[in-house]
Amino acid sequence: MSQERIPVWITVVVIPITNVLLAAIAAGFIFWFLNINPLDALRAMVYGAFGSSYGWGYTLYYMTTYIFTGLAVAVAFKCGMFNIGGEGQAYIGALGVGLVCLWLGGKVPFLVLLPISIMAAAVFGALWALIPAWLQAYRGSHIVITTIMFNFIAASLMNYVLINHLKPEGRMSVESAQFHPDAWIPKVHDVLGAMGIQMGYSPLNLSIVFALLVAFAVWVFLWRTRWGYEIRAVGSNPSAAKYGGIHLPKVIILTMLVAGALAGFLALNVVQGEAHQIKLNLVNQMGFTGIAVALMGRNHPFGIVLAALLFGFLTQGGSELQFEYSVDARIVVVLQGLVILFSGALQYMMKHPIEKAYLRLHHRFGRKPGTDKTAEA
Amino acid sequence: METFVTIILILDAMLRNATPLIFAAMAGMFSERSGIVNIALEGKILISAFAGAATAFVTGSPWMGLLAGILATIVFAQLHAFATVTHNGDHVVSGLAINILAAGLTAALGNYWFGQGGNTPNLVNRAEELNARFQPITLPLADWANQNIPYLGYIYFELISGHYVLVYLAFAAVPLCWFILFRTRFGLRLRAVGENPQAVDTAGISVTKIRYAALLMCGILVGFSGVYLAVALTAQFSPNMSAGKGYMALAALIFGKWRPRPTLIACLLFGFLQAIADRSQGAEVFGMAVPVQLVEALPYILTVVLLGGFIGRAVAPKAIGKPYVKERE
Amino acid sequence: MTAQTTDLALELRGIDKRFGAVHANKSIDLRVPKGTIHGIVGENGAGKSTLMSIIYGFYEADQGEILIDGKPIQIKDSKSAIAAGIGMVHQHFMLIQNFTAVENVILGAEDGAVINESIGRATKELKHLEKEYGLNVPLHQPVEELAVGYQQRIEILKALYRNAKILILDEPTGVLTPQESEHLFKVLKTLKDQGTTVILITHKLREIMAVTDNVSVMRRGEMVAHVKTSETSREDLAELMVGRKVLLRVEKGESNPQDVKLSVDHVSLTDDAGVQRLKDISFQVRAGEIVGIAGVSGNGQSELIEALAGIRNINEGEINLNGQKVTAKHNLSPEQVRHAGVGHIPEDRHRMGLINSFSAYEAFVLGYHRKPEYSGAFLVKRDHIIKDCQAKMERWDVRPPDPFLRTANFSGGNQQKLVIAREIEQGPDVLLIGQPTRGVDIGAIESIHKRILEMRDAGKAILLVSVELDEIRSLADRILVMFDGIIVGEVPADKADEKTLGLMMANIVPEEIKALQAEGHA
Repeated sequence: MSQERIPVWITVVVIPITNVLLAAIAAGFIFWFLNINPLDALRAMVYGAFGSSYGWGYTLYYMTTYIFTGLAVAVAFKCGMFNIGGEGQAYIGALGVGLVCLWLGGKVPFLVLLPISIMAAAVFGALWALIPAWLQAYRGSHIVITTIMFNFIAASLMNYVLINHLKPEGRMSVESAQFHPDAWIPKVHDVLGAMGIQMGYSPLNLSIVFALLVAFAVWVFLWRTRWGYEIRAVGSNPSAAKYGGIHLPKVIILTMLVAGALAGFLALNVVQGEAHQIKLNLVNQMGFTGIAVALMGRNHPFGIVLAALLFGFLTQGGSELQFEYSVDARIVVVLQGLVILFSGALQYMMKHPIEKAYLRLHHRFGRKPGTDKTAEA
Repeated sequence: METFVTIILILDAMLRNATPLIFAAMAGMFSERSGIVNIALEGKILISAFAGAATAFVTGSPWMGLLAGILATIVFAQLHAFATVTHNGDHVVSGLAINILAAGLTAALGNYWFGQGGNTPNLVNRAEELNARFQPITLPLADWANQNIPYLGYIYFELISGHYVLVYLAFAAVPLCWFILFRTRFGLRLRAVGENPQAVDTAGISVTKIRYAALLMCGILVGFSGVYLAVALTAQFSPNMSAGKGYMALAALIFGKWRPRPTLIACLLFGFLQAIADRSQGAEVFGMAVPVQLVEALPYILTVVLLGGFIGRAVAPKAIGKPYVKERE
Repeated sequence: MTAQTTDLALELRGIDKRFGAVHANKSIDLRVPKGTIHGIVGENGAGKSTLMSIIYGFYEADQGEILIDGKPIQIKDSKSAIAAGIGMVHQHFMLIQNFTAVENVILGAEDGAVINESIGRATKELKHLEKEYGLNVPLHQPVEELAVGYQQRIEILKALYRNAKILILDEPTGVLTPQESEHLFKVLKTLKDQGTTVILITHKLREIMAVTDNVSVMRRGEMVAHVKTSETSREDLAELMVGRKVLLRVEKGESNPQDVKLSVDHVSLTDDAGVQRLKDISFQVRAGEIVGIAGVSGNGQSELIEALAGIRNINEGEINLNGQKVTAKHNLSPEQVRHAGVGHIPEDRHRMGLINSFSAYEAFVLGYHRKPEYSGAFLVKRDHIIKDCQAKMERWDVRPPDPFLRTANFSGGNQQKLVIAREIEQGPDVLLIGQPTRGVDIGAIESIHKRILEMRDAGKAILLVSVELDEIRSLADRILVMFDGIIVGEVPADKADEKTLGLMMANIVPEEIKALQAEGHA
């Protein structure tokens, strides 16, 4: 234990920003290698993501998705688990949403259908997390491996359901029928249009409101309820949690159910809000991106909303690059990879140098560090 | 005779499907036996497939492609070591970063160099007299045997002969890996590091060096896997062509309880299931129709069942996933 | 000790080592003559293991010099220690569990790139060593299938295979049966006769007297005495080990024991590793008295207190906790134990008592967070918890009285006050207290001791586990001494001087105490 304490702003602000800068520098080199001026690229990305209501719409649409998948990772993280299964949980959540919309769309009013589809997204996503959670809690099977396996099982299951049950007769592509328009979550540009505000077409829909509410609800859940209390206790010190009478397996299962439900919500945005049908491979790695979002957002809902915005910007801005520079759209994936590498895998690389530098500077110029907040008896 | 031919053809496909799994699973074995969790096999397969195909196309030689593919995976394997061993980074996060980087980099670079939506050009192009793909090897007397010896001749011709050199190498790699892991000093130390790094340290051996070396081996082996996909099986690279093979190899490794022979059997089993899935719209078992997707998912389902401890116990190397920090805080 | 420098196998000069705030070794000097068995004794945490790890190159000393055969050498890692002829048998064996004995022995000492030859040579060599020293082990079976006695022999064989001239054994008998220990000592004597120097680290005085030539005593990171074994006695060593410390006087009136609130009846406990930690333990604690449990740590005290608190399950016997019965078939959860009116101040507040990332007010309800007082149907009653915490912090003089400060940022004494306040303020009838003043500064110790006595006078039944004899002596009304999972005996507080307790901690019961106990039973 270091006797001299490092202030919070170093840990929460300076080190994460340094890591992102390193990722940005590495990305700069890649752009330069691809014959693109990194600064021009940045300008194009910013314009593409924020330069028009259309760009904003896409950026926020992606942000909505990333909020859900980021939260799904963060809640599990808070309990000391690594949920790599967001991909599969979201996919199965989409099945739940799809079934509700296909069966009830047009038969019941939207306001009746919506709560049911939200429930379906949560229940289907949660159920997909249940088996890995149970295996972790009671059999000690490592949740990283089981959730990876469940992603593939989900893909096969969805393939089967789509081809054998949901694909309308005679259609070539593997996808379900379109939902009845009454089941669609309204687009933001339509809502704004009705209020007389002009906005270009974008996939952005009212799910974003739900996403922000959910982020707030997750914050309340984790920091203001006793379930959240128990989850955080188990995540930071399992022995102390046990001492405190907390039943570890129960908390593990509860956490994963919540995480699965959160991942399932992705379907509201992507399926009920935009595609209006279940498509093959609709999650498209956005579950994995959630891991980057959670890492960047330091597993805090507020941080996750910000990180989701950043990744929404990367996704939308990156796809604009493809038009500007005819670079492959998947350059975005490179950017995500670099962020995970530097903010995640190499997060300790800069920690010691920065902390040392701070202590040296503080010794030279300031008061003795660490005396302000630590009380001696 | 028709059933016989079908069976042989399925087995033949099994060998082809199992080959990339075998290389990747053996690669994973070196990594995980030394205590480094490796979910980055997927990304590394992609990297070597891309580097292999691109180099083979440019140089016109599949062997140069193989070399380039291996070099590329070595770089990424050492990056994994840098993050997990030198900087005590989380093994899973590092693996994910590599997988995502690989998916993006291969597509972006491919598009930049070849302008075909991330694909490399086909490695076989008659117009330009290019043939940079590995060629199947016909073993001696294969044609003669096929015509003159019933059944056995056909087995020899179809199942044993006529594969790419990498398929034979994969099967040779398993005993070789076994020998390295269980009969050499390096293997002894590597397995020891995965079980109890502190004991290895007190025996006067550098834990860091062993783990870097283990990931070097991992890089070399997984390089073969990707090159096989892009330069032998198909004659070009296309984005995301690894299609989960890295994860399936990881599953095979776990299913094989981190031991060479059972892992080989798991790879063959998974390859076999894939062959069945590819051939048919499903199978029939006891009069019940088994959907093809279930056959596809079976490797993963079996692995989960195994991990749950319901069919034997898969005991991972004890020190797996834990960074080795010597000085106490 | 007048040996010439050249006769010394090992000499240490001014070895100093700090771990952050902990000064583990303070300028240690040590001289070990060649071909002798040298004992190093001291309580747990006295710094013995750290010192040996420095000699073996596992840690680097901050200062000081190491001389082997009179020549100063640099030991920067285990490799150089091995090269210098040092071998070590660690307390926790450094064996690869799924390797055979032979594989373990050759690891790091292989002859070539392929191990077949090494295995052949090692097998032959080990058979030779087996004959010479009586160190027989099954050579080709995985180590995990072997008894600990065999595992330890493999550790010794590892060192001998590497031609160790100096063999260090860290608490070698902690895991052995008496018979296995006897055998070990025979081996050590043979080794000595063959010219090997042996350093034996232990806290068991009987062993020191039985096998060593010289003894060095460590206390709180310092080397306090070097003596010839033949010129000392167990009593003297016990005193040196524990040290005459200034007894912190706490005003303490007569106790007034009432009804039995906690009774333990023939309880045994075997842990997950299959080691029996508690063996047929029986005792009672009455309301209004403090029963202290003394002993070198690691002799079952932790397991006892955790079993009482519902954290570990017992295998045999019966516990009565304030009217609630606990048996092997009917174990209570920690929550049920609290519900029965039992408070638990854990030995290790960092591992159990607190959650470092939590704010003080959150840590303040750990274990009680489900009580309706603190938690509503959905939300925790945060405002109430904070107000409650604030009030209690003031009452207990926790500094700073800031409910939002992270628990990790309080000083040790204040962290401990947080834990004690939490448990006591819930008004339990029975209090289980482990190491209440570990890592706490003097000022806080006094106030914590006062509070514990107040609780006694308020009629609580208190069980106190501490390795600090001072603490036990100044607080407890009756003292039980534990050794190796059993209760060696009981001493009334007024008869408990250091020497008596020290001996009992080494499983030697003085006649006087035996007589007292016989009287008690009669």
